[in-house]
Amino acid sequence: MEALWLSVRLAVLVAAILLVVAVPLAYWLAQTAWRGKFLVESAISLPLVLPPTVLGFYLLVALGANGWLGKLWLAWFGHTLAFTFTGLVVASLFYSLPFAVQPLVLAFESVDPRLLAAAAVLGASRWRAFRQILLPLSVPGIVTAAVLSFAHTLGEFGVVLMVGGNIPGVTRTVSIDIYDHVQSLDYAAANRMAIALLLISFAVLSTIYAMNRRVWSPWPGR
Amino acid sequence: MPARGCIFKCLQSLLLLLCVAIHLSAQKKQLRVAAASDLQTVMPEIAAAFQADSGHHAELIFGSSGSLFAQIQNGAPFDLFFSADSEFPAKLVQSGRAEPRSAVTYAVGTLVLWLPPGANCDPQAEQWRCLLKPEISRVAIANPAQAPYGRAAVQALQFARLYEQVRPKLVYGENISQTAQFAQSGNAQAGLLSLSQVHSPSLQGGRRWEIPRDAYPAIEQVAVVLTSAREKSAAQEFVQFVTRGRGRGLLEKSGFHLPDDAQPSTRHK
Repeated sequence: MEALWLSVRLAVLVAAILLVVAVPLAYWLAQTAWRGKFLVESAISLPLVLPPTVLGFYLLVALGANGWLGKLWLAWFGHTLAFTFTGLVVASLFYSLPFAVQPLVLAFESVDPRLLAAAAVLGASRWRAFRQILLPLSVPGIVTAAVLSFAHTLGEFGVVLMVGGNIPGVTRTVSIDIYDHVQSLDYAAANRMAIALLLISFAVLSTIYAMNRRVWSPWPGR
Repeated sequence: MPARGCIFKCLQSLLLLLCVAIHLSAQKKQLRVAAASDLQTVMPEIAAAFQADSGHHAELIFGSSGSLFAQIQNGAPFDLFFSADSEFPAKLVQSGRAEPRSAVTYAVGTLVLWLPPGANCDPQAEQWRCLLKPEISRVAIANPAQAPYGRAAVQALQFARLYEQVRPKLVYGENISQTAQFAQSGNAQAGLLSLSQVHSPSLQGGRRWEIPRDAYPAIEQVAVVLTSAREKSAAQEFVQFVTRGRGRGLLEKSGFHLPDDAQPSTRHK
């Protein structure tokens, strides 16, 4: 269960950091009329297309002790990113970024622009309009973003296999633990972990789908 | 037009060549060889030499002995299994997945302590003490549950009475190749690897110390022909090539010790 707890901690942390990073990024993407916007959008969506081995490769080699970026990091923090919990957090931030940004952009874009215009006419600052109109109207999108990045990080495997080093309690996440149990033909242990992960993932996903369908909603409708 | 005529002729001969190639490859037998990761440097060379001699092409699949064992137990379509130990092949014989009479020790592996170039510890002089230095914050070993070299590394560390001290520094590679990669990329400052890997060009610059043989049980590497093999005679031929033919020399050159005589493994007759 240590591995499951580690994965949950990792996923919660990554989802929290991603919200802080992704909300302003998505706001900017939803608002900007800049022609180069598509480049930023493509860069953010890269992890959807690229195999995790690409990210794992760069983390190991560019951020390893022989890469210049890695040397910088080493001088600053005293160890490389590989084999650390921080390393997993950094990798997951990249890896789950599109899962946070895309629902947010959709939510922000679907808010009626006339509401924001009316707020501006009535003298509200952009910050106030963002806080009091855009954010409350985008709550379902924000929840989706948080839950998806949590769930996606929980299920991460390839990058962790490449850069984790399988250290119990530090980088042995639940997906790696399951893999190890299967490889050692310990199917009973693999099954315990797999079922736990399956149930958690199903519960998490059905929660957001239920909320989006208004089957059950913690906040008043629009 | 002469130019067009030439293109046609070239295409024609290319097509003919292709047909011949396809015909030839269809005639020769294909072998699928599952091999432990410590063979990753030498096995391609052996397979190429085997093909030159016999005409049979051998496809190579690498992994930790444990994970290949698990795949074979679950019916992976391989013809041969070159393990890095003798236990996994013995278990395959027990479960009826491998031909009992085919088991043969083809090499004996050597565990080495390897430090990347520029490390400020000389493993020849300081031996195990290198691992205790504060600059060495990560030591890569293979996963002892799946990789025989990982098992040997843990046993050697225990023999040196250093296991508890070094354990917080240990990072685990999925197989011995990933372990080497961890050390080679400098993410780990030391690694317990196989001598055969240290012979490969990418690890040539580092410094190494061969762990004394009394520190760990001999890494007797056993090969078996699988019962599901489609080409049993070709598979047997490949094993012969490795244990008695030119494969022997190639194994020795790349850092393996050879069993005194390549008799069928005594452990599981």
